[in-house]
Amino acid sequence: MPGLRDLVKKSDPLTGGHRACAGCGAPIVVRQVLMSSKDPVVVVSATGCLEVVTTIFPYSAWTVPFLHNAFENSAATCSGIEAAYQALKRTGKIKEGQHINFVAFGGDGGTYDIGFQSLSGAVERGHDMLYVCYNNEAYMNTGIQRSSATPKGASTTTAPAGKVIPGKVQFSKNLTEIMVAHEMPYVAQSAVGFWRDLTSKAEKAFSIRGPKFINVLQPCRLGWGYKPADTAAIGRLAADTCVWPLYEVENGKYKLTYKPKEKKPVVEFLKSQDRFRHLLKPGNEAILESIQKETDKRWEALLAKSEG
Amino acid sequence: MAIKKMGWKELMPGDAISGGTAAEFETGDWRSEKPIFHKENCINCYFCWAYCPDSAILLDENKKVVGIDYKYCKGCGICDRECPTKKEKRAITMETERK
Repeated sequence: MPGLRDLVKKSDPLTGGHRACAGCGAPIVVRQVLMSSKDPVVVVSATGCLEVVTTIFPYSAWTVPFLHNAFENSAATCSGIEAAYQALKRTGKIKEGQHINFVAFGGDGGTYDIGFQSLSGAVERGHDMLYVCYNNEAYMNTGIQRSSATPKGASTTTAPAGKVIPGKVQFSKNLTEIMVAHEMPYVAQSAVGFWRDLTSKAEKAFSIRGPKFINVLQPCRLGWGYKPADTAAIGRLAADTCVWPLYEVENGKYKLTYKPKEKKPVVEFLKSQDRFRHLLKPGNEAILESIQKETDKRWEALLAKSEG
Repeated sequence: MAIKKMGWKELMPGDAISGGTAAEFETGDWRSEKPIFHKENCINCYFCWAYCPDSAILLDENKKVVGIDYKYCKGCGICDRECPTKKEKRAITMETERK
């Protein structure tokens, strides 16, 4: 397991000077994941905040090989690069050299919704690549539209809280479980605010050959509405309230990697952000209760699987 | 901040660009809050470095924290928030940026 004393010796995959908001969680995810790789990396990104802020023409913040193709196909593009590399090795056009880690990044829009088919396909074909979803629970880059990762009750510009609806009406899709259903070697869920958890999951993923998936909750100060300094703290609050449990599934075997000392009520998490502010007004008790109930249900289901 | 618009003759095929050039773009002028580093109180836990979104924590050749790179620091304050040092002996404090 790498400590920060080892990680500081590595070269940074991202330079400063990228145009992410102050306090953005996405570069934190990228730096922690890529610095956990012992081998050289090749990075592909879906369209989204990360791609836009790091590659504003004619600048690029990436110090590692980077390719952007489109919104829906980061997994397909990454799998193509991996397949090409294997073909060149097989035909002897490049010598058997050092192992390369192929990494694709996508936001929740580019992973849960638009890029889902290409991700599912790449996993089914069994490419040796890691897909990391930096999940900020809405289409933040285009101005905070709802996605299938947006939690119930969150106000977004396409599901705004008002007289008719209290923000998004549906619960979020549980993509991590969908990826587990692909029966791939390694699936994990992590969050910004747990550097050791994320770096050890990334390191473990890089040590496994075949498709890997990590879903990282990335608080977004703009879309979630909180002070920029709180990015990591809000990620930890999500884990403490069990809204976003941290776990990994290795070859179908569940393991909880973080168990909160004391399970906090979901309201603690909701009241920390402006996107849920309307839920705390009188008359919304039923929604709060339904969110707590769903969170408990998912948490209990996870606990049962981890013990069994 | 030098932004030079390149013509088609200067650009590489496919508009490929060399990596790491964002380092030429200074985002430090976005800052309204400024972190101040106090070396005497720093315990070198690297939490600020691990959570800085802008790679703006400066390390010396021995990988000890020596300060903040104000060229890139956007003043989000995550470094101050994550710093585990005690209130009376803070290694990072925030103050309002004066221009």
